[in-house]
Amino acid sequence: METTRKLIRKQSLEKLYNILSTTRKVYAPVIASDKQVEYKYNPAFTDVTFDHIRSTLSVKNVVFPKVENLFYYTNKQTESTITDIDLNKIQDVVLWGAHPCDNAAFDTLRSIFCWDITDEFFAKRLEKLVVIGFSCHLSDEYCFCTSVGLTPNSTKGSDILLSRLKNGDYHAEILTEKGNAIVSISPELFESVTNEEAEITSVKQKFNHEQVTAKLATAFENPFWVANSLRCIGCGACAYVCPTCACFDIQDEASGKEGKRYRSWDSCGFGLFTLHTSGHNPRNVQSQRWRQRIMHKFSYMPERNNSLGCVGCGRCSSGCPVDMNIAEQLEALQNI
Amino acid sequence: MTSLIIRAKELLENKTVQVVIGYEAGPTGVARPAFITDPAKAESLIYDERCVQNLAVYLTKREVKNIGKMAIVATLPVMRSIMMLISEQQLFADNIVVLGISADGKLLDIADNKVMQGYIEKSDLSNPEKYKGLLTEFNKLSPEEKFLYWQKELSKCIKCYACRQACPMCYCTRCTVEVNQPQWIPVKANTHGNMEWHILRAMHLAGRCISCGECGRACPVGIPCHLLTMHLTDQVYNYFKVYAGTSEKMSSVLSTYEPNDKESFII
Ligand code: SF4
Ligand code: SF4
Ligand code: SF4
Ligand code: SF4
Ligand code: SF4
Repeated sequence: METTRKLIRKQSLEKLYNILSTTRKVYAPVIASDKQVEYKYNPAFTDVTFDHIRSTLSVKNVVFPKVENLFYYTNKQTESTITDIDLNKIQDVVLWGAHPCDNAAFDTLRSIFCWDITDEFFAKRLEKLVVIGFSCHLSDEYCFCTSVGLTPNSTKGSDILLSRLKNGDYHAEILTEKGNAIVSISPELFESVTNEEAEITSVKQKFNHEQVTAKLATAFENPFWVANSLRCIGCGACAYVCPTCACFDIQDEASGKEGKRYRSWDSCGFGLFTLHTSGHNPRNVQSQRWRQRIMHKFSYMPERNNSLGCVGCGRCSSGCPVDMNIAEQLEALQNI
Repeated sequence: MTSLIIRAKELLENKTVQVVIGYEAGPTGVARPAFITDPAKAESLIYDERCVQNLAVYLTKREVKNIGKMAIVATLPVMRSIMMLISEQQLFADNIVVLGISADGKLLDIADNKVMQGYIEKSDLSNPEKYKGLLTEFNKLSPEEKFLYWQKELSKCIKCYACRQACPMCYCTRCTVEVNQPQWIPVKANTHGNMEWHILRAMHLAGRCISCGECGRACPVGIPCHLLTMHLTDQVYNYFKVYAGTSEKMSSVLSTYEPNDKESFII
């Protein structure tokens, strides 16, 4: 679909939000009491933040919840009955206010979840999702979208992208049919575009991702990994806050003869992640796990999924308890 | 801190130790752990108010131990962690050099563990001032209110286990949450699973927590999980008059039994 450009006045933005939020689930960022930025369903417009740099957690849980039930079962002597989850019950969600890096991550996740076999849970949730993204007028030292092929106003993954003008109005790029459908709910709110410039932050490029990928091809045994990961304590924080990390664990939870199978987030940073039943662990120490994290995102995914596994949001680094700064490390890797 | 840098350099040059575990400043200005093996790099060591992480967690980490004998920059919580680790047979006193740092940020001369013990004994071992306010507020709540408070806080938990990984006392190679035959704790991060996880963690640290606050600091979603273990530290002190990490020979309050133990805590 060809992109159309419109103008939304400040007051119209509030109207649009209220129309959407009274008719469907809208997932939007708010500043919680402890100053953390978190997404909530249908917060009041006055509570929605437009000036956050990054939410503590990414928004991937709208398509990849931290716990997803896969099916229910009952056992009767030798027979088991499986009850599937009714995917049609998954509701429409409008994601409001997420930034270009987070929205681009939906494409990255699709390249994993719909790689060969389509993951129907993920695919259904994505189908039901409409993304109204906001380009960034703020950034900080952890942001590096421009090093991974994105920009503070890239449109990838958004159905509508809004960019704020100096006077508080917004330019709207309507990018997809889903975006069009939102416009048609209240077309009068979308006026003809002006030639005023949007306020877009600038993010310095820190490394060239193609060069990093090329370097990684021969870096597997490099002493870099041990030297730069001694401080990593092997938690799951970086993977769980990351918008593109997709690993999960599958568990059964039984109560008597009934039970369910679910999946929940997992992380390659944990020692248990690769532990075999035999006791052998192919990733026995933390440096091997840290290497896996970088390799997966910057070497294996470009090769196999034709997609970079990182959108440069910086969450893993700002959220890491020991300041493992991924951009700093990628910059160093480019020059090894 | 010049005296620290000189001492670190010396220890590396005369090969007393192979690695100095201290702090350096990262590119964003955040202080972070540094592992100095080359005397020429000792210059990058810093010590100031940004240096809050409890470095003792690295003393039991395989890849750090593999480097050789370790020296460690040690504030009071680190010293107490070292005592705990020795008393729980996770560390040999002979294998480490303690670069003690006093409360006002000066390098201490900790010649051996006796000296360290002396220093610890004359320090205030109760929960640090900065946490006392919240703990007092928390204690004013009724049991129901406490439960609701934790239910709300813990519903945010994503089970990333940063709190566990950051704690020097959570050194188990296989944590109870990772045991699945039988499965003690649900794997999923919902309110129920999270509650069980935190009750377990708190109980395993009761009487062992040395009040460094690291677990809460590490939590990426800002859950004040250190209040749970610190609250238990107060409780253990009230009942048994002991603080963790004061000597090499200490046995853990909740895993020892004496015939004359008080039983007033049994409800
Ligand atoms: S890089 Fe940081 S957040 Fe990730 S596992 Fe290591 S310590 Fe945890
Ligand atoms: S690896 Fe880090 S910077 Fe890259 S997408 Fe994940 S959280 Fe963001
Ligand atoms: S439980 Fe928390 S406060 Fe206590 S020793 Fe462990 S990290 Fe420190
Ligand atoms: S919670 Fe308990 S079992 Fe798990 S690592 Fe800590 S002390 Fe060990
Ligand atoms: S660090 Fe925070 S989010 Fe992670 S497991 Fe601990 S309490 Fe939960």
